[in-house]
Amino acid sequence: MSSNKDMDLLLKIWRQADANSKGELVDYNVTGISPDSSFLEMLDVLNEQLVEKGQEPVVFDHDCREGICGMCSLFINGEAHGPGDQITTCQLHMRSFNDGDTIYIEPFRATAMPVIKDLVVDRSSMDKIQQAGGYVSVNTSGNTQDANALPIPKADADAAFDAATCIGCGACIATCKNASAMLFLSAKVSQFALLPQGKVEAADRVKNMVRVMDEEGFGNCTNTGACEVECPKGISLDNIARMNREYLSASLAD
Amino acid sequence: MSPLKGFFNSSVARKFWMAITGLFLITFLLVHLGVNLVMFAGKDAFNQATHFMATNPLIQVMQYVLAAGFLVHIIMGIKLTMQNKAARSVGYAYENAAANSSWSSRNMIISGGLVLVFLILHMRNFFYEMKFTENIGTYTLDGVVLHNDFLLVSSLFTTWYYVVIYVLAFIALGIHLNHGFQSAFQSAGWKNSNWKGLMQTVGTVFSAIIAIGFSAIAIYFFLNPAQ
Ligand code: SF4
Ligand code: FES
Repeated sequence: MSSNKDMDLLLKIWRQADANSKGELVDYNVTGISPDSSFLEMLDVLNEQLVEKGQEPVVFDHDCREGICGMCSLFINGEAHGPGDQITTCQLHMRSFNDGDTIYIEPFRATAMPVIKDLVVDRSSMDKIQQAGGYVSVNTSGNTQDANALPIPKADADAAFDAATCIGCGACIATCKNASAMLFLSAKVSQFALLPQGKVEAADRVKNMVRVMDEEGFGNCTNTGACEVECPKGISLDNIARMNREYLSASLAD
Repeated sequence: MSPLKGFFNSSVARKFWMAITGLFLITFLLVHLGVNLVMFAGKDAFNQATHFMATNPLIQVMQYVLAAGFLVHIIMGIKLTMQNKAARSVGYAYENAAANSSWSSRNMIISGGLVLVFLILHMRNFFYEMKFTENIGTYTLDGVVLHNDFLLVSSLFTTWYYVVIYVLAFIALGIHLNHGFQSAFQSAGWKNSNWKGLMQTVGTVFSAIIAIGFSAIAIYFFLNPAQ
């Protein structure tokens, strides 16, 4: 697919001055991109070239640049976090593209995650879901119980751990044709519901988190499965089924 | 929150009711196909079958449940679609949806809408004629007065464009069911990775049986018009 030759690319990037402005896709030619650079480094190079020309650099989210923080976003060539399985945008490398390619770079889109500027979206609606129940009320005042004193079946521990790898990036929402946050929410629910510490508050947790998700204006899941495919952490649809179970039995018990 | 509100009015609940009504409609389809297949046993057998359906008290009650199931499924489907559209007010310039999901899963409102159009036509052509008009002749067999529903159905199947519409509608229904079948189990929370493959396979086979079964009857009677 790629050689070691530097690449020239045509980028179509969403530019938007602020939350209230109307944005548009703007064409940029970027030159001399190493196939070994990451996608975000490519944007850094573009921004340097823009600054040199006296233009405003493109604003985009990033932090750890090693796939753990969930801060990077971007909808690249029609896919959240671009092509490639189970990677974040910061883990995407330019060798996945070819010299002369045109690359569309858009912000994650959801009514509940509005654009703040250029490629940066406001994901605080996800934080609100988390705050509505994504925690356990355990005492950490110095007399906490030894974790190994609580026997947990290995399968449950593994499933809880897998769910806990969700980095809260929002790619599932961005990908879903309904802008549904169910994969994210279900990962947060499962991570606790499977463990004894989380079971105590399980019913209220799932009800409150779903309520806030609905209030924030996320869409309804229609089981297309797109989220699972695009999730950089491979969060399974099993979590959504589990969340549905938890939610339905919790709300029946009301 | 008022009691049970979440069980009727929330994103998860809407999925659940779509699933339950969908599964109910699926069982109805099987019964319907079963009755239609009796056409192959000849005029009298089919007319006895429709007579049974029209007079059996349980079936009469289930008719109303069925109508309610259809209404809930359709109205909720439209509502879900509108909410989901609103949840992404600004769309993407370039979206490669085929990279992560199937066409049938993304376009349930289109396949479902086509089935709905057919359903209305179908109600007019069969249900209305059978239940509310005296257009269908009767005759007596073994002391029972039977409507000649067989004649109504088989004569409609002699019109080529009706058969085309009929077959296209069942292709749309097959596409709808291919996603809907396994989707219902996921929405109700009755699915996990261990069962996923089997449910998809059963769903696909079931969709094919429904689509091919109904279509085959129409095509057979088009090619071999009943006297
Ligand atoms: S479920 Fe996956 S895609 Fe969604 S927020 Fe978590 S890590 Fe990101
Ligand atoms: S920048 Fe942290 S995950 Fe990409």
